[in-house]
Parts: sequence; C-alpha cells; structure tokens
Amino acid sequence: MTARERADRLTGLAFVSPALLALAALTVYPGLWVLWLSLQQRVPIFGIARFVGVEHYAFLAGDARFWNAGRVTLVFTAVSVGLELVLGLGVALALQRQRGGRRLALSLLLLAWALPSVVTAKLFEWLYHPSAGLVNVVLGGHAFNWLGDPRLALPGLIAADVWRTMPFVALLCYARLLTIAPEVYEAARVDGAGRGATLAYVTLPLLRPILLIALLFRTLDALRAFDLMFVLTGGGPASTTETLTVYAYRSLFQTLQLGFGAAVGCVIFALVMLVAGAYLRALRGQGATA
Amino acid sequence: MRRRVHAWDVMILVLLAAWAVPYFWQVRTSFTPDTELLATGRVLPSAPTLLHYRAVAEKSVMPRALGNSVGVASLTTLLALALGLPAAYALARLPIPAKSLLLLVVIASTAFPQITTVSPLYLLLRALGLRDTWTALVLANTSFALPLLIWLLAGFIREIPIQLEEAAFLDGAGRLTVLRVVVLPLVGPGVASAALLTFLAAWNEFLFAYTFTATEASRTVPVALALFPGVFEIPWGDIAAASILASLPPVVIVIALQRWLVRGLVAGALKD
Repeated sequence: MTARERADRLTGLAFVSPALLALAALTVYPGLWVLWLSLQQRVPIFGIARFVGVEHYAFLAGDARFWNAGRVTLVFTAVSVGLELVLGLGVALALQRQRGGRRLALSLLLLAWALPSVVTAKLFEWLYHPSAGLVNVVLGGHAFNWLGDPRLALPGLIAADVWRTMPFVALLCYARLLTIAPEVYEAARVDGAGRGATLAYVTLPLLRPILLIALLFRTLDALRAFDLMFVLTGGGPASTTETLTVYAYRSLFQTLQLGFGAAVGCVIFALVMLVAGAYLRALRGQGATA
Repeated sequence: MRRRVHAWDVMILVLLAAWAVPYFWQVRTSFTPDTELLATGRVLPSAPTLLHYRAVAEKSVMPRALGNSVGVASLTTLLALALGLPAAYALARLPIPAKSLLLLVVIASTAFPQITTVSPLYLLLRALGLRDTWTALVLANTSFALPLLIWLLAGFIREIPIQLEEAAFLDGAGRLTVLRVVVLPLVGPGVASAALLTFLAAWNEFLFAYTFTATEASRTVPVALALFPGVFEIPWGDIAAASILASLPPVVIVIALQRWLVRGLVAGALKD
C-alpha cells in the first residue's frame, strides 16, 4: 500500500463517518426502535408501557378498519400511478415534438409538482366546493359534494394526486426522449415505419426502462402518501379515503396508541420494501440502467 | 432571424396552461372580494382586492411561519450538504470498507416511509427536549434529505473524468488540494441542483413539522396552512392568499431555477 492509498483510506473514513453517524441516528436507529415499539403496548397519557409481543399484528389480521385502509391504499396507488404513467407518457411524447417555448412549457408542467402537497389539498378543497367550486361549474352547475360523498371522495382524491405527480413522470420520459439520437428515427423512416409503428417498435421499447423506474418511484410515493389525504379529506367520509398512513397517524397521535400505530407503520414499511424489491428484480431482469 | 410560431407548440402550451388552472384559479381567488367568492357567474373579480393578503399578513401566523420555513429549509439544506458532500465524494472515489453495504443503507434510507419513523423520532426528540424547535425539524428533515443528497452527489461526482484528478496528483497535489481545485468547481452545478431539491423537499415537508411542532415558535408554512383558522365559515379568500404565499419559493424555483431543478430530478432517475 502506498502512502497515498493509506492517506486515502483515512480520508475516506473521515469523510463518510459524520454522514453515517447521522444516518444511523436518524434512520437506522428509529427503524429498529419502531420495530421494538410495535411489540409494546404504549399509551403515554396513561403511563402504560408493557411488552405484548406480536399482539398488535395479530389484532391487525382481524381488524376490519385495517383491511379497509389497505384496500383504499392499494386502489389509490394502482389507479393514481396508472393514470400518471399514461398521461405523463402522453405529455412527454407531445413535448418531444415541440420546438419553441420549452422553458415555458416545463414551467407550466412542473408547477403542480413543485407545490407543497398541503397547498394542493387547499387548492382542490376549493375547486371541489359543492356550490362555488370550479369543478362543478365546469361540469355544468351540478352540486356534486366531491369530498363529502363516499362514492366521490376517493376519485376526487386520486384526481388531485394525479394532478400533482403526472409532471414528474412526464419529465422523466421527456428527458429520456431527448437522448434518443435522431439517426434512430431516420433509420425507422428509411425502413418504411409509419408514425404508429415507430412509436410501438422504436420509442416505447427505448422508454421501457425509464417507465419502470418512474413506476417504482411513483408506487413507493403513493404507498407512503399522507399529506394530501390527511389535509384534503382527513380519511373521510366514512373512511373511504383512509389509507394505511392515515390510519397509522391517527393511532399514533390522535388516539395516542404508540405501540399499535408503530405496528401499522411497520406494515407500511414492509409493503414498501416488498414492492421496491420486486421492482428492482424486474429492472435487473431487464439489464436496464437506462 | 424571426422565430416561426408553430401551431403544435401553441397547442401544447395551451394544454399545459390548462393543467395549471387549479393554481391560477387559486391566484384569482386570492384577489377576489368576499362578496364575489361564492358567485359563479364571473371568471375574473370585478374589482381585484388585496384585502386577503392584508388579512394574512396582519392577522394570521403566516408571516411567522414563512420565517420558520425559510430557516428550517435553509438549515436542513446546509446540514445535509455539510454531511453529504464529503460522504458522496468518499463513496464515489475513495477506498472505504464495505462500500456496497453503505450504498445499500443509503438507498434503503431514501425508501423509508416517514410515517414509520415518525413515532420513534417523536420520542427521541421529546427525550432530547427539542419539541417545538427548529432543531427538531432540521434533524428530522435530514433523515430523508441526507440519503437523497448523497445519492445525487455521488452520481454527479462520478461524472467528473477521473483523469483530471489523476493529472493533478501527478503534479504533486494532495487529496484535499485536488478536491478544492479540481472537484469542487466541476461539481458546483450538481451541488446547486441537489441543494435546490433538498430545499424544496424541506419547504414542502408536512408530516414531521405537523407532529414535532406545537406553537407558532416553530410551525412551518404547510402546518400553518393546514391549520388555517376559520371562525364561523371557511375564509376561502384568505386561505387562497396564504397558499399563494406558501408556494412562492416552489414557483420561483420552477420558473427561474428550472435548469438546476430538472438536472437534479433527471439525474436521480436516469443513472442506475
């Protein structure tokens, strides 16, 4: 080992340790602690703290509210992410053919994505106002109670989420489209491919890896989403928009059952890791790093 | 040379402007007098008013919250940069033991749901006596900002041709000189992108801020907006004005700092 290699080893350790200590204290340690918490009955206001093993998890298995929250989470995630991918892909393809005004276009596109989700919730609360909301006015003066009707609240919530996150998918796809060499399209044209064939056999296959990555990022975010439903509907009406995250939050800080809430939080964590693992395997199977 | 206006370009701009209508509608509402808010006949208010902004500035906790948000988001960005930049360089370029394991920890950390760590962090911050302080929020935000920042910066540093560093070594420069003279200037734009994304994430963060704050001493903008008070009826105009103020930094970033924002966003996804 040369002197420089030895010095580099020391520098490396010195450089990486502060960040690692911070991560250990702020993510790894809480990550382990929450697991431990979930095995306890903790109700601070009554001074209750005792070990109960997997009792909370056993309770969850038969908890109708938990299964409802799970169903709402899955419907929210599947529909929301599906719509975002289709719309985002469409917008990216439209942007690909654009020549002037790209900066303005991206500003308009990214605005919805960059806003705090609490602002989005307030925007849509007002848009969904039963008598004066823009949505009902545009629909021809109906008096739909978007956030109060159990059949409409989840679609209303999903629409707000799609509005917020479609731009992200569109931007990723657009960025990938910009890297496709013009020669590729040239070759397709020489081979006599029409617009439809070019899209199906050239563009979409090239976009596949980035679509998978967008799908991964968006699915993880949708499973973890909290702000929008918490502020817009608070999980209501009649728990039709109560996701696992909202259920966990309410258990933790509204009914103050820290142990039980931690157990719900751990289930969400497991779900996120399962999905992430599945996607990563799919990505690797493709040998794709875009 | 005159620029030709293409019909396609105009159509896309119109469509994207339509997508942004929910925001424009809120801008419009923030200038609409209370008497016209519930009237559906008009598109624009007959006499735009600044009353809602005055109410928010003089009677709400919003000014204080804006100060808190600027402070918390800036300090989160600075702390994450101070910890993350050296770590990113080490992960990208230096020999450290168990490097792939470390990278895995960093990636897994970015996937941690906030709702999972919020309860232990709450207990931890309470035990440290940090409830309702900026410090609590900066530390909690660092838990999601730091892994993201390390990941982004390590990618940007790997993009720098290593030959430039080697050449400096041959000239007899030490590691720290190389860092200062070669690496830092080249990675500057990447640092700007990563810092921008971190700031934006910290500015928008709600769950931690909502849980760890108790008074206006540390409540950030999203919390103040979520808790915006209405006595007898919902003050739609005031809420609109408050949400426009809350979205000022994101809007500035999207319009004026777009290049860096896009670079950071795309870099996170296009590189493995």
